[in-house]
Formats: sequence, structure tokens, C-alpha cells
Amino acid sequence: MSDNLSVRGRIFDIQRFSTHDGPGIRTIVFLKGCALRCRWCCNPESQSYEIETMIQNGKPKTMGRDVTVEEVLKEVLQDRPYYNRSGGGVTLSGGESLLQPDFAVALLKACKENGVNTAIETTGIAHADVIKRFLPYLDTVLMDIKHINSEKHKEFTNQPNDRILENAKLIASEASKMIVRVPVIPTFNDTVAEIAEIAAFTAQLPNVDEIHLLPYHNMGRDKYAGLGREYFMGDLKPPTNELMLILKQTAEQFGLKVQIGG
Amino acid sequence: MPYTYTKNIEKSPRIGRLIDHLYAKMPEIEADRAVLITESYKQTEGQPIVLRRARAFAHILENLPITIRPEELIVGSNSKAPRGCQVFPEYSYEWLEAEFDTVATRSADPFYISEETKAKLREVYPYWKGKTTSELATAYMSHEALTAIEHNIFTVGNYFYNGIGHFTVDYGKVLAVGYKGIIAEALEALNALDVADADYASRSAFLQAVIISCEAVINYADRYATLAKQMAENELDANRREELLKIAANCARVPRYGAESFYEACQSFWFVQMLLQVESSGHSISPGRFDQYMNPYFEKDLNSGKITREFAQELIDCIWVKLNDLNKVRDAASAEGFAGYSLFQNLIAGGQDKYGNDATNDVSFMCINATLHVMLPMPSFSVRVWNGSPHEFLLRAAEVTRTGVGLPAYYNDEVIIPSLMSRGVTLEDARNYNIIGCVEPQAPAKTDGWHDAAFFNMLRPLELVFSNGVDRGVQVGLRTGELHEFTTFEKFYDAYKAQMNYFIKLLVNADNAIDIAHARRCPLPYQSCMIEDCIGRGKSLQEGGAVYNFTGPQGFGIANMTDALLAVKTLVYDKKVLKLCELKAALDNNFGLDLDNATAERLTKTVAQKLVADGKTLTADDIKSIYLAVSKNNAPDADKKRYGEIREMIEDLPKYGNDLTDVDAFARDVAYTYTKPLESYKNPRGGMFQAGLYPVSANVPLGAQTGATPDGRAAYTPIADGVGPAAGRDIKGPTASANSVAKLDHFIASNGTLFNMKFHPSALAGQSGLESFVALVRGFFDQKGMHMQFNVVSRETLRDAQKNPEKYKSLVVRVAGYSALFTTLSRSLQDDIISRTEQGGF
Repeated sequence: MSDNLSVRGRIFDIQRFSTHDGPGIRTIVFLKGCALRCRWCCNPESQSYEIETMIQNGKPKTMGRDVTVEEVLKEVLQDRPYYNRSGGGVTLSGGESLLQPDFAVALLKACKENGVNTAIETTGIAHADVIKRFLPYLDTVLMDIKHINSEKHKEFTNQPNDRILENAKLIASEASKMIVRVPVIPTFNDTVAEIAEIAAFTAQLPNVDEIHLLPYHNMGRDKYAGLGREYFMGDLKPPTNELMLILKQTAEQFGLKVQIGG
Repeated sequence: MPYTYTKNIEKSPRIGRLIDHLYAKMPEIEADRAVLITESYKQTEGQPIVLRRARAFAHILENLPITIRPEELIVGSNSKAPRGCQVFPEYSYEWLEAEFDTVATRSADPFYISEETKAKLREVYPYWKGKTTSELATAYMSHEALTAIEHNIFTVGNYFYNGIGHFTVDYGKVLAVGYKGIIAEALEALNALDVADADYASRSAFLQAVIISCEAVINYADRYATLAKQMAENELDANRREELLKIAANCARVPRYGAESFYEACQSFWFVQMLLQVESSGHSISPGRFDQYMNPYFEKDLNSGKITREFAQELIDCIWVKLNDLNKVRDAASAEGFAGYSLFQNLIAGGQDKYGNDATNDVSFMCINATLHVMLPMPSFSVRVWNGSPHEFLLRAAEVTRTGVGLPAYYNDEVIIPSLMSRGVTLEDARNYNIIGCVEPQAPAKTDGWHDAAFFNMLRPLELVFSNGVDRGVQVGLRTGELHEFTTFEKFYDAYKAQMNYFIKLLVNADNAIDIAHARRCPLPYQSCMIEDCIGRGKSLQEGGAVYNFTGPQGFGIANMTDALLAVKTLVYDKKVLKLCELKAALDNNFGLDLDNATAERLTKTVAQKLVADGKTLTADDIKSIYLAVSKNNAPDADKKRYGEIREMIEDLPKYGNDLTDVDAFARDVAYTYTKPLESYKNPRGGMFQAGLYPVSANVPLGAQTGATPDGRAAYTPIADGVGPAAGRDIKGPTASANSVAKLDHFIASNGTLFNMKFHPSALAGQSGLESFVALVRGFFDQKGMHMQFNVVSRETLRDAQKNPEKYKSLVVRVAGYSALFTTLSRSLQDDIISRTEQGGF
């Protein structure tokens, strides 16, 4: 037990009172380091595992700190009254928590032992064995399916999607609950045909009946400058409400429950 | 589902028109009451004061102009002009005379006043010289208390200038038995007296005063019955004629007799509510548990087919509009402390009955509908929350919160009931509590709570610790020692506590002086006859007739004081990176900061007025150089640099409002420096003092009288409102901020605590937004928070947040699928959110 609490990991933020990443009022723990390099990523400081300096409102701010499970758990438990009343809990986000399995699993286990509802937001990119370590401690898996075409997936995220799609099947059959999330990115996947492909794939997954369409936003733009990096999405406009409604109807035709936004 | 039918009843088109009529013009001051009371007082000199009050009340009600406004269904107005107000020279008058020419143009709550009204008031005012409650109160106060008031340590202006108010009468009793019933009760008590009883004189005078007052009210309603009948005769529209005849019939029956229908109950309620505000100028006369005493009449009429839900809703909506028809002019300084023309008529729905069952009913939901239909500041609408509150009731209340109207306020039964019991209120009475004014709990119809007895600025005694009790050259506080004598933090903190204890004692002196002045000069038989046990004891409320008697002055500045004392402890004593004398220099020099324009102008005016009063003649150039001297910080650059460093060190320290165990535990202790000493004092009505922790809106004007403080707060800027964190210092979101507040001892602040939270409407968007919101309230209340209210902010606020980000560091907005702190967003995204708000949410 105490071994579990002393496991160390690297995070870059803890955000309380989040109401859009899993049920109820949640605390989001953002782990540092990701295998994908999505061009639209709104948290570029999450991508590298290395601790970085980002300029925020003119001041340098250190991104990334090493913490123990115990430290994170303590902060997570501070909002227990709100989890109890809302059915909320903790959500691991990132970055990609599958890349820090020892820490993430230890944290999820500690949360479950303390009666806290758990969720993960994931790209699903890891070995099946790693994913299997997570599943016993997860109430909800929010998994991204960004594109069905592996080439295009690789072009925009730096990784092919073969393993992601395989893992989606694994998670769908073994997790308590899985919800598919699709970032809707103009120039990448914002057509009816592309969303239909993702919806068709989702509808075939066992036990999965819910999909979230998350419209692109340029919230992360300033962070790229803060990190001294180039923002590749330029002046790309978010998808219109009208388009989002059309895509929602598209996905609904596959018998899925569709939600715009988290 | 029991409440399905009373949700979402459509708004009658009449309501919008009533509101338009009410708000067509600036409110106006009227002289009728002042003239009438003066006439009566001149005729009754030498009689017992309580009878003089009753006779004056009767004379006013016989002659006050009456009016039925277009389309009204519920009638009774205490002014000819919509939202007009009468004045009350028996409490004070000098300030209004002095402000005759500025009252229409002042920034806070302006009132129009005609030359004719001014002339009438000038004519009656000389009579009142030496006869007011405020003059008597001043005569009763100690010299030290007067000095403390003059130096802005606390202010007792509310009850010094005005009536007390702050009570809830037994509306249910009037609805049930009418004033005929109350007259019968008073007669019975009178007949039971023996002329040889020791207190026969005072008891019989009081009971006769009750009878005169009740008869006056019956006659007043009769005047309305006659007027409505006359208007009906001249009315061409058949529908309106029917309405006027119904009004005439209602006013002929109630409040003379008990109400026999829901409509009569509504009319009877309204006469009680408005006439209480003719008898005295006290505010916060709170309708309280309207849903409890009105629901039986609604249910009966509904079941017998006598009324439709729609018409019942329309009547309730009419009452909501009428509550905004009442108004009161305050002196310029008080108007800033109570900004918004508010009369704080608090009306509460939901909660438990006296046996501990959930008491939510159809009318509770209709109160929510009315608030959504009318969308005006009155009534101050509140809901009671307990572990057994129906979820759908709270969700419906959350829909009101989401509109941004700032209502309702949420109250926690689980804290308030035991808190009242700790003050000697019985379990049944405590379960029946309602809220008075802003946030003050009381057992209705049994309490004289004196809930708003003072504002006590907890920062000022700290300033006096730094100056050994001296303010502007005067020894105002105790000599607690020179700075070098505070060799440990405990000694420093003890000096603060000593100053606090000293001023709390003076506050008690001032409040009790005012209390006695009201008992001597303004006993109020009409309100007293509807509060237990005034008839039984044969005494007015002001003389101690109520079952429960309290005095509740409120302290504020917990957040600033916590951060300030922790800064002293950490930097001066623990880390030793700063000397107390250095800190004092930094404070005296406002951390090297220049003053903002408004403050500089205000101070320039004060200085100039003082010089002129001293006989100096000032040129425009003189005034300009005074302005430059006060606005510009003239400290040498090297000093300024050090002051800036000091402020940065302070800013880097952990702050209250971030769910930090040690900091929050200290805040709890700091609050005790105010709440605990107060408990030991008694008031002249046989009750005790109990603390409240909230400033209404006085944190701004009283902050403007407070220099820089060791929490890094710049001179003359606002003090934190309520028990929440200082503006912008809570950076971990709403749950963390709520957790910090919940760690204070709310039970001991039995006169109420106030916790304001700011949200963007988007944070409450959709069904899931409402659910999260209710869970947030529930989660805070599970941890024994007492009160919560929400400022769901508008686009204007967001614009202001762009200009002044430091003030809005904790403002939560929903961005795109998630929430974020507004000020951390890029300018372009902020603009985006503002423009999206324009589209009405997303």
C-alpha cells in the first residue's frame, strides 16, 4: 500500500471543478509526455516528457513537476464532497497516461481504494498488456478515434492508427464503459464521409453506444509561442455550429448517442 | 410527481406592463407622511409615546394619498409616484435637508425631489429638532465610541438614521384571523389587566396603541375599497371594471377579517407588507416563508376549482412587482453601502417544517416562476437547502441562478438550525427559520434580531496596531505598544486582538445607545402586534416584547486579515526577511504606488474642504498642487523599489481561498477575533450580541477609508466581500475556494455569513451545467457552509475583466468543451467568448 503511494510520475497540471471530461464534477490530472504530435493539440506543453519553460502572460513558467501518487491523491480527495454529490471523480489526461503506466495505474488504484470514480482520456496508443493493467481500475475510458485512414492519421498526428484501432476493440470489450471522442478538425476530418467512417467503426465496437464530437478551437495557439514553437494550424476557423449539427446527425444514423463537446 | 403542474406556468402579459409603468421614471421623494406625522405629534404632546405613535400612524393612514396603478390586481401604494418614497423625520432629518440639492444627482440611488416637497419638508423639520432617535442615541453614546465612529472603525449609521426593520411578522395570523382577531386578542389582554398592576400604565397604553393601529389599517383598506368602487364606476373597459369590483370586494374584507380565498390572502399579505413600511423606515422587513403561509389558501382554492394555476401565478407575480414599488431614501454614505434601491425584503422557499419534514410545496415552485417572470431585485429571493430537499426544486432554482439575476441565495438548514439553537432558539422555532435582509437567520414572528446593527471593518484595528492606537493625530485605539516591542508574532497578534476587543466594546456601547433611543422615542405598536410575545408582555418590540432578542453587527475583512497576518508572521517572524518598521513604511507609502484618479480627487476634496473650513482661501492652482501632492507617490525611488519588492514578497505567499489547510485554519482563528468577544455582550432588550460576517456592499466605501494593508492590498481599494477570498487571490477554482470558506466556523456567526461566487453563464449551460451547479452547492453545504450566492457574470463584466484582469483572477468561464479561468486566456479568445456570450451561450 505505502509502496503504491510513493510511486512517482510527471504531471504538468491539476485542474479542479472540471465538468466536461467524464461524469459529474471532476479533478483532471494532466500527465506529461505523449506519443502523438497532433497538429491542433491545445496543450503543446503536454507533449514532451521533458520539463519545459513556457512564457505565460509575459512570465516564464515551469511546465512539469515530479510528484508521488500520495501528493496527487491528497489534492484529488479534497473535492470528495463534490464527487459524492455529482457522481464525479478523477480523470487522468495528458499527455498520455498510458506512457507512465506505473504511476498512472498506482494513482488509479489508490483512487479506487478511496472510493473515487475514475476515468482516463487517452489516445489508446500503447501495448495491449499495458492497457490491460489499467482497465481494472477504470470506470470510464474516454478514447479518441481521430481518423480511420491510417495515412492521414500519421500525417496529422505523427503516428499511424493501426494499434489505436486494435486497442479500441480491446478496451470496448473489457472496460466498464467506453466513450469515443472525436476532435473535429477542419482540413483533417470535418467531412460527413470521414465522421461517418469513425461512427461506423464506433458502432461496431462491443458495448459502445456514445460518441462525443469535440469542435476544434485555437485555445492553444498562444502556448506554442510561449514554448517558442510554430503553430501549424494558422488562422484555421473552428467548425460552424451548422456543420457540427450535420456531423451529429451523421453519427446518429449509426445508432449512437452523440454529444457535441465534452 | 407532485410539482409537475406548477413548473413553467406562462407569464401573463400584464406583468410586463406593470413593470414598465413602475420603472418609467426616476423614483421620487414625497412629503405627505412627514407633514402628517408632524401634525399628529403636535396634537399629542404629553401623551405616552406608544399612543402618540399609534395616533400618528392612524392620522397618516387616514390622510396619506392613495392610488391604484393601471392594471393592478393587488393594490396599496405608500407613494403617489411609482417607486416613490416617504420620509421619516422622527428618526433623523438633517442629512436629507443637507442633501436636498444633490440627492437627485448622486451616483448611488438618486431620487427626484420637487421644490414643493423641499418647501414642505423645510416647514416641518424645525419641529423635530431635539426629538429624533438619532439625537437621543448620540446623547447616550460614550465619547470613545463617537470617536471610533468618526475614525471609521465601525459604522452604526443604519439604525442611527432610520428605523430598525429586520423582522418577519406573523403574516399567517393576519391571513387567518384578520385585524379584527388581533384587536380581540388585545382587548382580552387589556381586560385581564388590573388597574393596580405595577405595570398597568405601560401595558394598557401599549395594548390601546395596538387596537388603534389595527383599526387604522382596517380603515385604510376601506379607503381602497371605496376608491376601487369609484374607479369601477368610471371604467369603460368591462374586464377592468370587473377587476376593480373584485379589488373593492377584497379590500372591504381583508385585512379586516381572515382571508377566505387565495386572492384575498394575497391582498391581505400585501397590506401587511406595505403598511409595515409606512409605520417605520426600517428596511429588511422580510416576508419570509411565503410558500408556507400561502400554500393552504392556494391548495384549498385549487381543489375546490375556485382558482386556476395561471391566475394564482399571476397574483404572485403581481406581489413580486409590488415589492419593487416600495422604496426608501438613505443618506449618501449609507446609499453606497446598500446600493441598488434595495429594501432587502427577503422571501424564502423550501426547507423543513417545524417537525423536520420537507416543506417544499406548489407555491415554492411558483415563487421560482415569479422570480423568472419578474426579474427584478425584490423580493430578495432565497431558498433553503437541506439533505432532504427535492432535487428538482434545486434544479429549478439553478435555472434562476443561470439567468444572471443574482438570485436566489442558497441557505443551509444543516448549519442554521443548530446555530440558532446554540443561541437559545427551540428546535421547532429553529426549523421554521427564515432569512432577514441579506443573510440573517431568525425564528420568524418571534424575534427582534437587530440583524444589521453595524459594519465593523476588521482592517482598521490592524492599522492602529502599526500606529500604537493613533489615527490622524488622535488616540483612537489602545496604546498596544511600539513596533519594536513586538518581539514575537504572538505579541503582534495579541496587540491586534486587544485593539479588536476594545473597539468591539465600543461598538456594543454605540448599538445599545441607539437601541435605547428607539425604545424611548419610537416604539412601534403595529409591527409589535404581529410578533410574539408583545401582546402577552404588553410591550413593544423595541422595549423587549419579542420572545427572542438579538443584536447582530457584522464584521468583514476576514480574507484580507488572514492574508495580512500571515504575511506579517511569515516575512517578519518566520523568514525574517522584513522588519516591521519597514513594512510600516511600505504601508504608509502605499507600497510606492500612485493613487487612482477617483481616490486622489476624493482626498483632494477632503483636504481642500478642511483648509477652507480653517479659513484659507484656495485658488485653482492651490487645488491642483494639492491633487498632485496626494495622487503622486513622492517617496524616493530607492524606497519605492524596496516597497515594490515587499509587495512582491507578499504576493508570492499562499493565500486564503485555495483550500490550503494551514492558511484556512488561520482564517478560522482570525474570524474568532471578531465573533467570540461579541458573544459575551448583552443588549437592553434582554438579548445577546451575535456576530455576522458580511459587508453588504460596504466593503467598497469602507475600503475607501482604509490605507494599504499587509496583505498587499493598495490603499483605499475595496476589501474582500463576505467570507470569500480577496478578489483574484483564489486561483484553484470554485471547489477550492468553497472548501476554504467552509473551513470557517459558520455556526458561531449566527447572524449570517455571505459567500459570493462568480460564474459565467456558460458554466451552467445545459442540464449537466445545472446538475454540476447543484452538486457544488450541495458539496459546500455538506462541509457546513452556511450561505452561497452566485454572480453569473455578463458580457460587461467580461469586458471589465479584460481591462482589470487582476480583479478577476478567479472568474470561471466555459471555453469549448471545458471551463477555464477567464484571465488566463489570450486576448483573442477572450474576445471570442465575449462575442459568443452575445449569441446567448453555446
